[in-house]
Amino acid sequence: MTVSVRLRGVQKSFGAKRVLDGVDLAVEPQEVFALVGPSGAGKTTLLRIVAGLDGPDAGEVVVDGTANPRSSGLGREVGLVMQRPAVFRRTVFDNVAYGLHLQGLPEEEIDRRVSAALDRVGLRDARDAKAWTLSAGEAQRVCFARAAVLRPKLLLLDEFTANLDPANVSLLEGAVTAYHRETQATIVIVTHNLFQAKRVARRAGLLLGGKLVETADVETFFTNPRNERTRAFVRGEMPY
Amino acid sequence: MVELSQELLQIAGLSLYVAASSTGIASLLGIPLGAFLALREEARGRRPALTIAKAIVFTLYGMPPVLAGLLVYILLSKEGPLGALGLLFTPGGMIFAQVLIVTPIVTGVAYSAVASVGRDVKEAARTLGARGWALAATVIVEARLGVITAIMVGFGRAISEVGAVLIVGGNIRGATRVLTTAIVLETGRGNFTEAIALGLILLAVAFGIFLVLYWVQQRGYR
Repeated sequence: MTVSVRLRGVQKSFGAKRVLDGVDLAVEPQEVFALVGPSGAGKTTLLRIVAGLDGPDAGEVVVDGTANPRSSGLGREVGLVMQRPAVFRRTVFDNVAYGLHLQGLPEEEIDRRVSAALDRVGLRDARDAKAWTLSAGEAQRVCFARAAVLRPKLLLLDEFTANLDPANVSLLEGAVTAYHRETQATIVIVTHNLFQAKRVARRAGLLLGGKLVETADVETFFTNPRNERTRAFVRGEMPY
Repeated sequence: MVELSQELLQIAGLSLYVAASSTGIASLLGIPLGAFLALREEARGRRPALTIAKAIVFTLYGMPPVLAGLLVYILLSKEGPLGALGLLFTPGGMIFAQVLIVTPIVTGVAYSAVASVGRDVKEAARTLGARGWALAATVIVEARLGVITAIMVGFGRAISEVGAVLIVGGNIRGATRVLTTAIVLETGRGNFTEAIALGLILLAVAFGIFLVLYWVQQRGYR
C-alpha cells in the first residue's frame, strides 16, 4: 500500500475565476497530509482533481504513477469522503456494502467486511436502519465506513467533519487514525480546522488564493513556519 | 347489452393485459432513456443534440392517440412495411400503438426524476466505483419515487386510451374489444347504463393497479 500524489503546475478556473493557480504538491506514500486554508482557497477543487472527479485546465496530476486519472481508480485505489454526507436511500448495511457489491464479492465476505467497518465507526446496532433517517454525524460515519471498507490505498477526506458535534468529530478522527495504522494508506485531509490538522496529520500545507504557500511537518508548520502568511494563518489572522 | 359475464371479464382482462403490456414495454424503453438523458446532460452540459432529444420527448407527450393509431394502422396494414407481422386487429397491434403513446411520457417523467437526484449522491456512487450502467441503475433506484410515478402516469394514459386501440384493434367482439372501446360502442347505441357500468369497472381496474404501484413505491421509502 504505497501511493504517492504529485501535482505539477495544476491550474483550474471556473468561468473567469481562477481557483487553482499553478499548484505544485507532493504527498509521500503512507503519509497523512493535511491541506488547510480558508474557505474559497481551492482546497475542495484540488481534492476533486486528485480524485479524478474533475480534470485540471493545465498541469499534471500523478496518482500512483498514473498521470491525470479520470476517476479510473475511484472506488478501488482511491476513496473520497465529501463534506456533505450523501447517503443512498437504502439501509446502513446496504450503503456500506455498495462498493463491495459493485466489485462482485461473495455475500459472506461482504457481510464480514461491512460488519467490521460498521463496528469501527460505532454503527453496529444501526446496520438495518434507513440511512436517510440518521443524524448528520451518523450519516457521515456511514459515508466514511462506505469508503474505508473498500480499502483504498489513497483516502481523500474533504472537510469531512465540518458542522459535526465534538463526539462525532472525535470518533471519525479516531477511525481515520485506525485506518491509517491498519492499512498504511496515504491520506489527504482537507480542513479549515487547524486543531484537526494538528491531531491527525504528520505534514501540512497551506493553500491560499489558489496557490500553495508552504508545506512542512506539522510541528514546524504550526510553531515555526517559514512563510509570513502561514504564520499569520496559524495565529488565526486571515491573510488574504 | 353487456352483462356481468364471461364476456365482461374477458373485456376487462384484455384492457388490463394491453395497458400493462404497453406500460411494461414503455417502461423498459423509457426509464433507461430518461436516465440516460438526465445523466448525459449533467455530465456534458446542455448540448444541442440533447436539447433536441428532450424537445422530441416532450412534444410527443401531446401525441394524439388517433394519430398514433393511424400511423400504426398504416405500418401494420397488409401493404404496410410491417404488414407481414399480421398484427393489425390483434391485441399485439394495440400494444404496439400504445407503446408509441406511453414511452415519451415515461421517458419524460423518469428524466425529471433522475435529474432531481442530488449531484452529491451521483458523485458518491462514482467515488465508490460505479460507472456506466451500474451508475444509471443506482440513480434510478435512488429516484424510485419519481420513476414509479412515471410508470403510474404511463399506465393511466394506457388504460384510459381509446383512439389508438379503436383504430388498430377495430373493437372486435371477443378479440380486441377493451373497456374504453366497449364504452364508446354502448354510448353510441344509447345504452348509457351499461356504458357507465363499464366506466366504473375501468376505474376499479385502474384503482387496483395504482394501489399496487403505490404500495411498491412507498415500501422501504419512508
